[in-house]
Amino acid sequence: MNSVVSAPTAAPPATAGEVVRLTSVKRRFGTTPALDGVSLTVRKGEILGIIGRSGAGKSTLIRCLNGLEQADSGEIHIEGRNITGLTEKDLQPLRRRIGMIFQHFNLLSAKTVEENVALPLKIEGLGKAERLKRAAELLDLVGLADKAKAYPSSLSGGQKQRVGIARALAARPALLLSDEATSALDPETTRSILVLLKDINRKLGLTILLITHEMEVVRSVADRVAVIDAGRIVEEGQVWSVFADPQAPITRSLLSGIRPQLPDYIAARLSPVSGVEQILSIDMAGPAAQGALFADLSQALPQSFRLVHGGIDHIQNQPVARFFIAVPASDAALPEKVRNFLKARGARVEVLGYDTDHA
Amino acid sequence: MTPIMLELLFRSLWETIVMTGASGIISLAAGLPLGLALVATSRGGIAEKPWLNSVLGAIVNGFRSVPFIILLVALIPLTRLIVGTALGTWAAIVPLAIAATPYYARIAEVSLREVDRGLIDAVRAMGGNRWTIIREVLVPEALPGIIAGFTVTLVTLVGASAMAGAIGAGGLGDLAIRYGYQRFETTVMIAVVIVLIILVCGIQWLGDRLVARLDHK
Repeated sequence: MNSVVSAPTAAPPATAGEVVRLTSVKRRFGTTPALDGVSLTVRKGEILGIIGRSGAGKSTLIRCLNGLEQADSGEIHIEGRNITGLTEKDLQPLRRRIGMIFQHFNLLSAKTVEENVALPLKIEGLGKAERLKRAAELLDLVGLADKAKAYPSSLSGGQKQRVGIARALAARPALLLSDEATSALDPETTRSILVLLKDINRKLGLTILLITHEMEVVRSVADRVAVIDAGRIVEEGQVWSVFADPQAPITRSLLSGIRPQLPDYIAARLSPVSGVEQILSIDMAGPAAQGALFADLSQALPQSFRLVHGGIDHIQNQPVARFFIAVPASDAALPEKVRNFLKARGARVEVLGYDTDHA
Repeated sequence: MTPIMLELLFRSLWETIVMTGASGIISLAAGLPLGLALVATSRGGIAEKPWLNSVLGAIVNGFRSVPFIILLVALIPLTRLIVGTALGTWAAIVPLAIAATPYYARIAEVSLREVDRGLIDAVRAMGGNRWTIIREVLVPEALPGIIAGFTVTLVTLVGASAMAGAIGAGGLGDLAIRYGYQRFETTVMIAVVIVLIILVCGIQWLGDRLVARLDHK
């Protein structure tokens, strides 16, 4: 893949397979810490999604990786080389190993599409013919071969981001940074851009680090996810396992729009002590979520239970299930029985309260 | 109007074009780099140097505060040094260029400052250096504004060149003052004004066309 630029320094064996490694990176603006001790690794060939609310430090983090922002302390290793404290001049050749795409595309309006895509190669010192040949290849890859001579202003948002992606790939980078690349796009265009990123990741084996505030983005493309809050990584793991069992409150809150939630009107009438029915949430993931759970449950129970809400999602080819059920509260032993039954099948069960008014 | 007056009018027009054109080109060549320096050295700029920025800013403001007629006289020794004489069309070009350079630098500065920071980030992220940023981002992206500002500067120079009559530079303004105003020749005055209107409209029209062609935003 990489014929144009050689890696700056060979990675030491201990870090082989890691493209990025951050160790306690700190950065503050004035008195507010933007990054408060971030440690993180990005493995070769993976897509890592970093998610957080606005102001959580995502942008600062991604900008530290190519030196657009300098860390105050900590170490940042890119392909085994420590980039912290490097001067702007030393960072320049290193940045050619890292492509970046932006929320607002940042295409040069005075240049045509092909000139935009060829710019990283011009910076690298490649001849014009070669540059344009490579630009044509890349425009072909992103499906915009016919727009080579157009100016960015005549393109739609999705097309602009495709040009941005082509440009980021021009110098054959080892790492692609995506800074909220789909946040300015409509849902349909977002999907097509994410499909393209996934495609590039698979075809070229390109490592991608993307930051976003949308769980949907992480869900559809990322292999692993790291959740950032107030400048710290609060949770990290395989996307499906974090979706199945989120630990940090911020993760739960970010997931609330994408995971089944107990409907508001039921949540509003829940009582913590007593009611007609007990409401339970059930979380399962992996093979357990594929079993004949409800058939088994209804066979095992003398009394009926009621499915309130929920469903099974499939993330990274793993089923991730989340249900809400209502169990009659009249039989005091029943809820306990249900819980034991589910727990024995690898589910996480949580008692949410008692429904006081079941029709 | 007599044929002699007509000839005088054409000669004056030519003198105005020479003064405006030559001082305009000099102010573009000197003012654009100065504008770039003002933007680059400012806080958050690509070559942040606050003290240099203050010094440059003070020099620019200093030259811009002096009324042109005063500058015209004050610069006589310098003019004599450069052109060899303090009188005539070529002698007027020195003070005109020196007055127009800081003026144009400020106009260019405004256009350059409006270039989206994201574009600079994008080119930095590609591994571009400052020179790349200037050549590939700042100047091309601000070019429509740079040209529009140059048009404004040229029109201002047409006006300023009228004062250059004070050092015998000639030109349309001088003609209007000496013949039209001092000798009550209304016809000359009207003719000069019409020619000036055509000249200014022509400059503006050319500038606007060029901007329209260059602007891809």
